Amino acid sequence: MSQNDVDILLVEDNQEDAELTVHALRRGNLANTLLHVRDGEEALEFLFCAGAFVHRSFEHPPKLILLDLKLPKVDGTEVLKRVKGDARTCTIPVVMMTSSREERDLLRSYNLGANSYIQKPVDFQRFLETVKTVGLYWLVINQPPVIAAQKARGQASS
Amino acid sequence: MNATQSAFDILLVDDNPADTDLTSEVLSRHGCRGEIHTVRDGVEALAFLRGQGKYAGGPAPQLVLLDLNMPRKDGRAVLAEVKSDPALRKIPVIVFTTSQSPRDITRSYELGANCYINKPGTLPEFVAAVTEFGNFWFRRAYLPHCNHEPL
Repeated sequence: MSQNDVDILLVEDNQEDAELTVHALRRGNLANTLLHVRDGEEALEFLFCAGAFVHRSFEHPPKLILLDLKLPKVDGTEVLKRVKGDARTCTIPVVMMTSSREERDLLRSYNLGANSYIQKPVDFQRFLETVKTVGLYWLVINQPPVIAAQKARGQASS
Repeated sequence: MNATQSAFDILLVDDNPADTDLTSEVLSRHGCRGEIHTVRDGVEALAFLRGQGKYAGGPAPQLVLLDLNMPRKDGRAVLAEVKSDPALRKIPVIVFTTSQSPRDITRSYELGANCYINKPGTLPEFVAAVTEFGNFWFRRAYLPHCNHEPL
């Protein structure tokens, strides 16, 4: 898979949660083009085409970012702020996936432009169902943002 | 914040009564336990969200389903106002429209739409889309409480 083919960017430092998420998405045939990164710094490098991802292009954004709140190096709130505050990345859907039960985390996330907010269920079966619904909704039902190159083609043909 | 199972109100903003009737019916069958309110244009939508005029003291919805093409004030203008208003911007707004124009999709996200769903043209597809919408937002997502009074 090339760096430009990533549909889902999963930002999760908990190995068990990451494995469960990938497992649930794979069951729904939704995990073929998933990239898992383990901290906020690596997520930002991917999203802003830096570091190991310098050859990526902003013209191929992921269709979905699944973002944990509590992350090493750079936390999820900061990643969200950077993504939503930059014209090159602000249209990418970001779904917060967190174990936080704090109302202020939820409010801050929506206020910063998170597209949705999910609490990770503790129960295994519910976790799988939740991830599957999230994947189905955001990759199949939702219409992802149209990137510049596609937009130019769409306008030329209309 | 309260979970997914608790009742919350939703606002449908659409000038087409056939679409809002069907949407309401499907949503109440699929997990919406709160009230479903309907307004027909963008001016009414903003009055409702701000609790102004005839909507004073009324309920504050926790989710908005917004059509783009409407009389008086269209969905793009509503989206821009909601997402630049510190009191309202936390409310998730789902664009639900027949428009598949790349310009509308990108512009909606730029204005802060939480997601963008194409209104399908056939009945089974319409029901399926609204059902999936309900499955995600009513059963899985967590929403902020939205009172007219500041929290």
